Amino acid sequence: MNELNFLDFEQPIAELEAKIEQLRYVSSDAEVNISEEINRLQTKSNDLTRSIFTNLTSWQISKLSRHPQRPYTLDYIKRIFTDFEELHGDRAFADDKAIVAGLARFRDQPVMIIGHQKGRDTKEKIARNFGMPRPEGYRKALRLMKLAERFRIPILTFIDTPGAYPGIDAEERNQSEAIARNLMEMSRLRTPVICTVIGEGGSGGALAIGVGDLVYMLEYSTYSVISPEGCASILWKSADKAPDAAEAMGITAKRLLELGLIEKIIPEPLGGAHRSIDDMANNLANALYDGLQILQAKPLDTLVDARYQRFMKLGLQE
Amino acid sequence: MSWFEKLIPARIRTDAKNRRSVPEGVWSKCPICQAVLYRAELERNLNVCPKCTHHIRIGARQRLEGFLDLEGREELFSELTPVDRLKFKDSKKYKDRLTQAQKETGESDAFVVMKGKLYGLPVVAGAFEFAFMGGSMGTVVGEKFVRAANMAADNHAPLVSFAASGGARMQEALFSLMQMARTSAVLTRLQAKGVPFISVLTDPTMGGVSASFAMLGDINVAEPNALIGFAGPRVIEQTVRETLPEGFQRSEFLLEHGAVDLIIDRREMRDKLASLLSILMRRQAPAFEPKA
Repeated sequence: MNELNFLDFEQPIAELEAKIEQLRYVSSDAEVNISEEINRLQTKSNDLTRSIFTNLTSWQISKLSRHPQRPYTLDYIKRIFTDFEELHGDRAFADDKAIVAGLARFRDQPVMIIGHQKGRDTKEKIARNFGMPRPEGYRKALRLMKLAERFRIPILTFIDTPGAYPGIDAEERNQSEAIARNLMEMSRLRTPVICTVIGEGGSGGALAIGVGDLVYMLEYSTYSVISPEGCASILWKSADKAPDAAEAMGITAKRLLELGLIEKIIPEPLGGAHRSIDDMANNLANALYDGLQILQAKPLDTLVDARYQRFMKLGLQE
Repeated sequence: MSWFEKLIPARIRTDAKNRRSVPEGVWSKCPICQAVLYRAELERNLNVCPKCTHHIRIGARQRLEGFLDLEGREELFSELTPVDRLKFKDSKKYKDRLTQAQKETGESDAFVVMKGKLYGLPVVAGAFEFAFMGGSMGTVVGEKFVRAANMAADNHAPLVSFAASGGARMQEALFSLMQMARTSAVLTRLQAKGVPFISVLTDPTMGGVSASFAMLGDINVAEPNALIGFAGPRVIEQTVRETLPEGFQRSEFLLEHGAVDLIIDRREMRDKLASLLSILMRRQAPAFEPKA
């Protein structure tokens, strides 16, 4: 794996890992066998990681969800699906690279994949607009969802966006309408839909591909109506209060499962998805597979009705 | 007591009287042209400035009462009150913000629904109370809209909504985001039953309300010069670091870009919507009242 990038609260782990790395370097040409020492330190590092990761704050999880090495949609597509063919464009204006979509096979079964895509390096980040879709992105997504519906192909969406793009052009092309239409149309798609938040679930831009039969979240992903920074600067009048806002809004998978807003938490490898993308992809694939088995056993009418009711009941407590 | 006062619920009636006893209450100033206006005359003009035609923001109740026929209007779902499920607290407790907003507006939350008639045609109408926490949409607003839409669908009565909102209510976090999905999904019921939905976008209609049911009208109407959009102009300016074009996110800009069907002056709203709905519902043209 490439060199790991550690977040501030992971510093003790980073220090240990650096020590282990040094020892490994030494051991390769040393006469003394220090592999025992390395093993001891590795166990210590794992224990430390485990203890730090069992008590993460919402703000720390929020940072993990945006970790620069966090796997993105295409990283999962590569590992989970075969025969993926990306399909482009909204047939009206442009192809929005902040959303990738296409047909593929999932354990031999046809699926439609739709997901936000962030960029890895500066050039790609700009090309993908940091994962912030413009209206044509939502419209491409809807076009392909309708295509999937016509061919009775299940839809898997992957959510990972800071939110809709606050740009002049996005407003000119009526992003409100593009988001709203997706919400309405997805609620009545006659094919199974599973939505998984893999990183940041940012507001309307996330929900626009987030209306499904099952909504899953990776363990260290977040889902919220506004970013912690945005919420803090409006309600606390200071972006520095983002940790408080993150806590107050209940943006973590654990909290949202308790509140009945999602169906399942998909566990991440020790230290987060980026520590072992293959393991993460494996967990994700298994969860999606199980989910699809459940959904595909249902008659279509029942399925669509249950999805409608799922959202309708997210209202008042009786 | 006049008939008009009798219609106003007790808790806001006293409020209004108190306000009237304050001398400043007799006169209003147009926020745009600064003209000093006699309040009674302004209200007769539906809070449209007689000098510059600026549409001054109005409350939900005044909106619906000015829109529906006098006879037979009835408020619905007023029993719904907000619940602070997350025990949300920022610089202030959400509970306290709610209590304060309720005291200030006399409303239980930011959306008022009434059933009534529009030139005799039964309709269900809802309006946002912008003075209640910026007209933000939480679960009560979502629930009231969903119930209004269901009532409209079940009774084959057109649904009309007047939006005036800053967007989703942050204090209800993801629950408020989910109201976008609910309020958009429920419109599929109206469509399946062939019941029209007219969405009127008034100043301002932003964020999660704009990006859900408010943009999904069979006909989208805007009041003149209303601010309508998803992202707020300040956020956009900070992001793109450009000055925004003249009239950006205003009704006329939206009409130009194809986002709304038409712009209607508030003083003609009742007649024009009655006419459009009578066409959609295959009814005779409404018999308009002679203008004063």
